[in-house]
Amino acid sequence: MINTMECAVDAQSLISISLRKIHNSRTQRGGIKLHKNLLVSYVLRNARQVYMNEKYAEIYRMQQYEEVMTVCNEIQELNPLDLVEDCEEQTGDCCGSANESASLCGALLPVSHQAPAVQHLQPSSACSVPLALQSEEVCKAPEPSFYRSCCAEAYPVSNCDFSPVNNMHCNKTTVLDLDTHVVTTVENGYLHQDCCASLQQCCQGAQSPAKKRKLDFGYYVSEIEEVPDFTPCKRAKFEDSSYASTEPLDTSNISNLISIFGSGFTGLVSRQADLEQALNGQFCSKQALASLGAWTRAIVAF
Amino acid sequence: MAGAGGGGNDVQWCFSQVKGAIDDDVAEADIISTVEFNHSGELLATGDKGGRVVIFQQETENKSQPQCRSEYNVYSTFQSHEPEFDYLKSLEIEEKINKIRWLPQKNAAQFLLSTNDKTIKLWKISERDKRPEGYNLKEEDGRYRDAATITTLRVPVFRPMDLMVEASPRRVFANAHTYHINSISVNSDNETYLSADDLRINLWHLEITDRSFNIVDIKPANMEELTEVITAAEFHPHQCNTFVYSSSKGTIRLCDMRASALCDKHSKLFEEPEDPSNRSFFSEIISSISDVKFSHNGRYMMTRDYLSVKIWDLNMENRPVETYQVHEYLRSKLCSLYENDCIFDKFECCWNGNDSVVMTGSYNNFFRMLDRSQRRDVTLEASRESCKPRQVLKPRRVCAGGKRKKDEISVDSLDFNKKILHTAWHPQENIIAVATTNNLYIFQEKVN
Repeated sequence: MINTMECAVDAQSLISISLRKIHNSRTQRGGIKLHKNLLVSYVLRNARQVYMNEKYAEIYRMQQYEEVMTVCNEIQELNPLDLVEDCEEQTGDCCGSANESASLCGALLPVSHQAPAVQHLQPSSACSVPLALQSEEVCKAPEPSFYRSCCAEAYPVSNCDFSPVNNMHCNKTTVLDLDTHVVTTVENGYLHQDCCASLQQCCQGAQSPAKKRKLDFGYYVSEIEEVPDFTPCKRAKFEDSSYASTEPLDTSNISNLISIFGSGFTGLVSRQADLEQALNGQFCSKQALASLGAWTRAIVAF
Repeated sequence: MAGAGGGGNDVQWCFSQVKGAIDDDVAEADIISTVEFNHSGELLATGDKGGRVVIFQQETENKSQPQCRSEYNVYSTFQSHEPEFDYLKSLEIEEKINKIRWLPQKNAAQFLLSTNDKTIKLWKISERDKRPEGYNLKEEDGRYRDAATITTLRVPVFRPMDLMVEASPRRVFANAHTYHINSISVNSDNETYLSADDLRINLWHLEITDRSFNIVDIKPANMEELTEVITAAEFHPHQCNTFVYSSSKGTIRLCDMRASALCDKHSKLFEEPEDPSNRSFFSEIISSISDVKFSHNGRYMMTRDYLSVKIWDLNMENRPVETYQVHEYLRSKLCSLYENDCIFDKFECCWNGNDSVVMTGSYNNFFRMLDRSQRRDVTLEASRESCKPRQVLKPRRVCAGGKRKKDEISVDSLDFNKKILHTAWHPQENIIAVATTNNLYIFQEKVN
C-alpha cells in the first residue's frame, strides 16, 4: 500500500506534474533520457493507482446503497428466481476474465454503469497489478454481482469511444524504436480486451448496425478491423524515421492528455456522466482512466 | 605523507585549493561533470558540460618544507568532445563529458578515456620539453633556406624548451551506442574496456575502433515491457573476466565473461528486499542506483542510491553488509525534490586508498565521509567561506525537525542548487577532490 501521507501533494497533481515532465523531456537537449522518463512513468503509475483506488472507493460508497435499492425494486417486478440464478452464474467470471456473455442482469441495469468497470479493468502489464487486487476485493462484495455483467451487454462498442472530444489519440500510441527505426502503433488492444469482452465481439466484425453511437464510432470500427487479434500493427519502416515525424503526433497526444488531466479527473468523469445520459447509460465510464494504462506503457516505451 | 589511514573522525580535513571561477553566475559549459585521479594520484582530471577536459598535476613535494603541501596546478586543457547532431534521428548529442577513466601508465605519455553520450575517445597526453634546432635546409621559423647559401652542414640537436603538454586524440570509438552512455571502465588486462548505455554494455579493445562486442543487452523485444535500465557498470579491479552493472531497480548483477559470450544471464544478483513500510510514490526513483564502485581490494563493492550508500560483500547477494544514510532527512521532502527534479540527481561515491572510508556528496555543497572501520560519519562543506589555506573544515549538522541547535542548519534552508555529485579520492594519500557546480575543491589531511 502506498503511503500517501508523506506529503501534501496528491495523486492528481503528481500525475499532471509527471506528464509535464515527460512532455518537457521531448524538447530537452541531448534527446529523451530513457532512464528519467522510466522513473517518471513509475511515479505516474503509482499516482494513478492511488487515485483510482480512491475514486473507486468513493464511487462504490456513493452508489452502493442507491444501486441496491434500484435493483431490488426492479427484481421484484420480475420472476425473482430466474434472475438470481443468472446473476450468480456471473459471479465466478468477474475478476479473472472478461468474457461474459450478455446476461439478463445486464439488460436489467440501465443505470449501473460506473462501478462495473472496476472489475474489468485489468490491464495486462505489471504496472497495474495492485489495481487487479483492488478489483478482486470489490468483486468479493456481494452486491456487485449485479454490476459485473453490465459490460457484457448489448452495447459492446461503448468502451471504444468514450470521449466526446474524439480522442482517438488516447487509444493509440506511437513508439519509435531507436535501434531498428521501426515505428509501431499500438492500439488500445490489451486494454480493450481486459476492459470489456464485448469489444471482442465488436472487433470481430460485429459492427451491429443497430448500435446507435453519437460518437466517432465509425473511426474505431475501421481501426479495429485492422487488428482483429489485438496485435500491435506495424507501420512500414520509415527510411528517414525521425522524431520529427512522430513528434507532432505524440506531442499532441500528450498535450491532449495533459489538458484532460489539467481539468482534473472529475472533468473526465463528468464527461462520462453526460455520455451516459446520452447513451442511456450502457457504458463503462472507467475506461477513461483505464486508458491511462496504455499511456503508462506507451510512455515507458521510448 | 603517511599512507591513507582512517579518514573519518581521526583525520581532520583542511582546505588546500579551489579551482574555477568565483563568479556566482555559473556558465552552463563550466559545470563540472566528472572528476578522476589517475592511478598514481599525480594527475587529476575534470570534465565539464562544455566538453572540455582539464588536467591538474601535483607539484613534486618539497621535502625540505613539509608544511608546504603539494599543490595541483593546471597541466593540460583540451576540448574533448563537440556538440553533434544525429541527422537520422533528429537528435542533438550533448558534448558533456560523462566519464573520464585513466589508463595505467605504460610509458612517458599518459592516456585517458573520455566519453559523452555517444562517443568514447582515447587521448594521449604527452610532454614536450625539447625541440630540434639546427636544421640545414630550414630556418628556425620553418622557411626553407636558399640552397645556394648553404656552405656547411651541421647535425641538428635537441635543445630544451618551455614545457609544452600536448593532448591528441589517438582513438575514436563511435557509433556503438543507441542510448546514452553512462559508464566506461578499463579492464585490469589493460587491453580492453567496457562502455555501458541504458540498455547495453559493449566490450572494446583499446586498439580497435571499428568493432566492439556486445556483452549485455537488456532491451526487451517490446519496448513497452521495459522496466529497468542499466545505470552504471565497472570491471573488477583484479579479475579481468568479471564486471558488475547496476540497474534502476536497485539491483546489481555480477557477470563472468568466461561463462558465455553474451552475459545477459548474471552470475550473481545483489538485491535487498524493499522495506514495505517505506513505500511511497517515489520508491522506484530513490532505489535506482546512481553509482557502483569496487573496493580497491576487490572484495567489496559500494552502491549509491538517492538516500543511502550500501557496501556489498561480493560473496553475499541477499543484502548489503553495511548501509549508511546519506541524508535521511530528505525522505519527507521527496515530493518537492521530485517537482524540482532534484530527485533525479545522480550522486557518485568513492573509496579511500585502503577501503576504510567512503565518501559521497549531498546538497548545500555538503559531502559525507563514512568511516567503515569506526562506524562514524561526518558531514563537511565545500564553501568559499572556508577557503583560507590550511583552514580546518568544521563538521556540519542538519536539523531534521524540532528545535534547531546552534550551528545546525535546518532542512528547509538547504540550497538544493548546490549539489556535490562528483568526488574523487587520491589512491594513496588523504587528498580529496570535491566538485561543486563549477568549482573544484581540493582538501587534504591536516598535517601537524
